[in-house]
Amino acid sequence: MEQLFQQLINGISLGSIYALIALGYTMVYGIINLINFAHGDIYMVGAYVGFAATTFFHLGFIPALVISMVVCSILGVIIEKVAYKPIRNSTRIAALITAISVSLFLEYGMMYFVKPDTRTFPNVLAENRITFFNGQVIMDMKNLYIILITVILMLILQYFVHKTKTGKAMRAVSLDSVAAELMGVNVNKTISYTFAIGSALAGAAGVLVGIYYNSINPLMGIVPGLKAFIAAVIGGIGIIPGAVYGGFFLGMTETLVSAYGGSIFKDAVAFTILILILLIKPNGLMGKNVQEKV
Amino acid sequence: MKLFSKRNIIGFLIIMLSYISVQLLINNGTIDSYLMLNIVIIGINIILAVSLNLITGFTGQFSLGHAAFMSIGAYVSAIVTVKFGFPFVIGIIFSALAAALAGVLIGIPTLRLKGDYLAIATLGFGEIVRILALNIDYIGGATGFNDIPQFTNWAWIFFLTVGTVLLITNFIKSYHGRACIAISEDEIAAEATGVNTTYYKVLAFAIGAAFAGIAGSLYANYFYFIKPDSFGFMKSIDILVIVVFGGLGSIGGSIVGAVALSIISLFLQNIPELRMVVYSLILFIIMVYRPQGLLGKHEFKLFKKGGKINVSAESK
Repeated sequence: MEQLFQQLINGISLGSIYALIALGYTMVYGIINLINFAHGDIYMVGAYVGFAATTFFHLGFIPALVISMVVCSILGVIIEKVAYKPIRNSTRIAALITAISVSLFLEYGMMYFVKPDTRTFPNVLAENRITFFNGQVIMDMKNLYIILITVILMLILQYFVHKTKTGKAMRAVSLDSVAAELMGVNVNKTISYTFAIGSALAGAAGVLVGIYYNSINPLMGIVPGLKAFIAAVIGGIGIIPGAVYGGFFLGMTETLVSAYGGSIFKDAVAFTILILILLIKPNGLMGKNVQEKV
Repeated sequence: MKLFSKRNIIGFLIIMLSYISVQLLINNGTIDSYLMLNIVIIGINIILAVSLNLITGFTGQFSLGHAAFMSIGAYVSAIVTVKFGFPFVIGIIFSALAAALAGVLIGIPTLRLKGDYLAIATLGFGEIVRILALNIDYIGGATGFNDIPQFTNWAWIFFLTVGTVLLITNFIKSYHGRACIAISEDEIAAEATGVNTTYYKVLAFAIGAAFAGIAGSLYANYFYFIKPDSFGFMKSIDILVIVVFGGLGSIGGSIVGAVALSIISLFLQNIPELRMVVYSLILFIIMVYRPQGLLGKHEFKLFKKGGKINVSAESK
């Protein structure tokens, strides 16, 4: 029983990180129908910015988080303007390969600058722990911070998407970009905002994961990127609450599977869930069934 | 069309001549083992690209799991030739059959999906195959499968590559191939005109997978050693890049793409740190300025179509 609770706490922490990355995937997919493969690498850049801020500039945790979010959102907008805007009207497969090329560029460009070695992320949080059940279940400060920051960021996002004018424009463009443009929404600007917000969330996830696992390397974005993408698909891609739900679902399932014997098949589980979800409910657990018109 | 038409005989002579001339160059040592290695890589890449082109280019089914079929072929061939000691031919046949079976298995359930969703599902399938291979001790697990006999030589590479290209070209020109092309143009319209879309999509997957399996067996029996991580997500992307680079829906394009990208990556080996950066930039530039690929949908024609029958058909 204690082990179950412990694993749930770990699962929620991991799930928060997946959810934060998945949000960016889902928002970008919702608005321009592009699987942004470079998103996992923006998260990696976020982790490195956080590392630089805490190690070289000796900043605290919150300033590092904010700096990393700002840098990542600028990077996201640059990627959108330079790479994705020229191919917005080309075929799906050309768009996908462009996204992959951006991803490779970020990974190996970063590797060239920071060298491929794994770096140790400094411990910036106080080593406090909360224990339950006579010390059997431990909740680290890290877990608490990750969950807390994820929840705060999601609340801000929810407020932004549903209560502000830009948020309304984002929802309009993702519903029908041509109609939105006719109604006077600046589509280009809205897409840039979407990339900025999604990338900022990925940057935050990068710093959080640096704190959680204490190690970062230039290729760290690939696997969590794919997993977060799976999370977005599980929840229903394009649906913001779906990404959060899918992220937590995947995080919990993964930790539970690796806790109860199947750690070598941990990654396979995520992909099996993905295929099952796609077969049973291709629009995701929270997706609506859209009829195709001929 | 007659089997012994002028066209077929000349084509056959050209194929045999190119085979014999390269074989002579190998025999007198002009082509050393390093050059041979690159020829083998190019041949394997051509088989992979042409077979993926059948699935993605001609049938329009977006697959990101082609390396998984290759890995199934490689492992089956390794098991057959090492553990059972059968000759290479049996290994190739079994690897093609096993990969085709996997193609059917992945094809049937995932064909309800379209576009991006299918791409993700095949990606997931590829990763599952890789993780399973990592955890099966019988085939070496993460350390890989060692001591595979080297059977692949110029004859195998050449005739299997030429055979793949010819078979797939002829398949596309056949009734069944046109059904596949119809599916990629407009699936609903194809279904409305009586094309059994599920059957042809599974067929395309099975044929494409079988040839990928053959490429895998050539790979395994050339490099002595295979490991699951050689057939990961990036390998699938590499194959897709060759196909898109050459032109989706063009067999000639796939061949040109395989040769060009193999040569590009050969040159990029001189700058190992920046290799992938330059590679990604090349990809990006091609996708932005020539998204339809080098050849688009055009094909090379060895013989201009002439004769009265074709002329009258065109004038109608």
